[in-house]
Amino acid sequence: MPARRGAGSPGAAAAFAGLAAPWVALALLFTVLPMIFASGSALTMLSLMGIMIVFALSYNMLLGETGLLSFGHAVYYGLGGFLTVHAMNTVIHDHLPVPLPLMPLVGAFGGLLFGVIFGAVSTRRAGTAFAMISLGLGELVASSSLILRGFFGGEEGVTTNRTKLLRVFGLNFAPQIEVYYLIAAWCLLAMLAMYALRRTPFGRMCNAVRENAERAEFVGYNPTMVRFIAFSLAGLFAGVAGALAAINFELINSASVGAEQSGVVLLAAYIGGVGNFIGPVIGAVLVTWLRVMLSDLTDVWQLYFGLLFIGVVVFAPNGIAGLVMRHEPLWQARAYGSLLRLALAYLIALGPALLLVAGLIVVIEMSYHLSVKASEGPTISVFHLTLNTTSVWPWLGTAVLVVGGYLLFRRTWPIVDAAWHNALVAAQGAGKAK
Amino acid sequence: MQELVTISTLNGVLYGMLLFLMASGLTLIFSMMGVLNFAHASFYMLGAFFGFQIGQIVGFWPAFVIAPVLVGGIGALVERYALRHVHRHGPVAELLFTFGLAFIIEELVQMVWGKGPADYRVPASLDYPAFTIFSTNYPAYKMFELLTAVAIFVALFLVLKRTRIGLIIQASITHAPMVAMLGHNVPRVFMLVFGVGTGLAAVAGVIAGPALVTQSNMAAALGPILFVVVVVGGLGSLAGAFVASLLIGLVQTFAVSVNLSVADVLGRIGVARPTGGALFDVWNVTVAEIAPIMPYLLLVLILILRPTGLMGTREH
Repeated sequence: MPARRGAGSPGAAAAFAGLAAPWVALALLFTVLPMIFASGSALTMLSLMGIMIVFALSYNMLLGETGLLSFGHAVYYGLGGFLTVHAMNTVIHDHLPVPLPLMPLVGAFGGLLFGVIFGAVSTRRAGTAFAMISLGLGELVASSSLILRGFFGGEEGVTTNRTKLLRVFGLNFAPQIEVYYLIAAWCLLAMLAMYALRRTPFGRMCNAVRENAERAEFVGYNPTMVRFIAFSLAGLFAGVAGALAAINFELINSASVGAEQSGVVLLAAYIGGVGNFIGPVIGAVLVTWLRVMLSDLTDVWQLYFGLLFIGVVVFAPNGIAGLVMRHEPLWQARAYGSLLRLALAYLIALGPALLLVAGLIVVIEMSYHLSVKASEGPTISVFHLTLNTTSVWPWLGTAVLVVGGYLLFRRTWPIVDAAWHNALVAAQGAGKAK
Repeated sequence: MQELVTISTLNGVLYGMLLFLMASGLTLIFSMMGVLNFAHASFYMLGAFFGFQIGQIVGFWPAFVIAPVLVGGIGALVERYALRHVHRHGPVAELLFTFGLAFIIEELVQMVWGKGPADYRVPASLDYPAFTIFSTNYPAYKMFELLTAVAIFVALFLVLKRTRIGLIIQASITHAPMVAMLGHNVPRVFMLVFGVGTGLAAVAGVIAGPALVTQSNMAAALGPILFVVVVVGGLGSLAGAFVASLLIGLVQTFAVSVNLSVADVLGRIGVARPTGGALFDVWNVTVAEIAPIMPYLLLVLILILRPTGLMGTREH
């Protein structure tokens, strides 16, 4: 911790600049991105990523910061979205002077409202019981959404028109680029707010409750209250994400409160890494990209998704961000030489790993083809190869690929292990020398 | 009316016993290993599909035995080679692992058997009415389901309370290190319990498959209700799970047959029916229509009145 200095001193200014620099860079990035990826589909994907970032970060307030594993976070996303759509339709119908960029506030309010209501019921328990309760509440809302047609619009959902609201600065939000900038602005705002929140004493108390609720109680905080506030605020930001989604699609339906949506945000946050602020952001970007790209490439993309998730749970419980941050001490110690050797070791192990993964992919694709799409003829094309699934040779080949890849990987992994160990020792040595 | 009550009670008890067949394994696994197996309903689904597939080859009765054994074996392997390694990452990672497993099992089932329902039929040897009660023919297959569930319940109870292995299992729940100290292989006991628990879920799948629909979404449809059962009963309480299973089975079965809405009740006591407004749906939805959400309403109610569940102990 640097010592506190008086406001206005050059030290404080430098500290502020250090804090603000990443955010300015991020704002610049958000501004420039649509100029680099200008195609229509890229713009749509960027918009989806922005929405998912807000949603995944709000989920991280629960799982990462407070240690609450929720299986029903989409409830607040979806209900926020529904309230936004209804509010937009009311605004259009009554010609109220409210511009579109303010509409996510309605979503925030909706998410907060339902976060307070359901949080009061569910945050009295923590751990596994909380997880099951969140699942039950999620199912309650998802099932109700098909019964209460007036509010949820039944199977079709509720539509709206984002261009019919009060215009400001001549923006009517018909083109996707304008919607992208709206989403980007709200995404940046929400990220900033959530980042600031985790640095407040309240944010620290959330961490304390996550680590040891009993001790947090000894310090004089009521863990149930801390959980409840964190839960409500997570609902608020999920509501913002839902509102942005509603604006983006001009439609919201009962799927947005459902189990699948809850599962996706859990996957995104966890794959990215819940221990870091940047983790869910990485996860949101990756998962959105994978969902769009993989579903184009293969019918069984959800299986790959599940396997990726299991892989992260088993081998990298801190997610992608956790994997990257493991190397931070080495970087800090300026042990560049050993970092380079480590990178080389990674490269060596990467080859067999890729063989293994490629083999598994071919096995999955061929089995899927044989079991479901056998009527479309025996041949499939994977990795630009045409394979005959009824012949024995492709199966034999992939078996060699999988087994060989696995055996080679087992041989090369000790190299990585040793390089990692050496790098760590070198970093510690450098730390002592300083 | 009397007919409705009798038939609904029979069906409700049957549904409740099927729920308990799964909830018992789930509860045992939870109280031993501290992990709630999110994929439990997926093993139920595997049981149904295995029963269907094996039944096609060797007939229903051999499949009735083979399928649960196979699924139980898969469960034991999952515990031995995956869950045990995830254990060191803590309970959240364990729960998430089983969550991912449920996801993958559903995808694999879709890959092998497709998304549509499988043609899993009641075996011919049980396809006749068992008895006639107030002009309703009650199918023999349902009686078979009920008897199987009760028999397994009794057997489970006897094994847990009256045998040596039951004694070791009970001791492992509360005093695992001490049991290990006495020379028992506790990890193997865990594997056994996980295998038997998933096997029981598979039994439920094999016998419920023909009566309900055997489809790749059956796990996702039943799973949440199962978790409601264990939370309402009190996490880790076998007796609580039994009571909650029957309660939810009966509540849901009776709700389906009640065709009454709030507006109807208001009409009977002389209040005008609401004709519109934002809450129109709330007044006019019938009890039968909200039967699917009854378990969740019950969950909310129990949480407000008794946060630890019916027979749960205080968290510590």
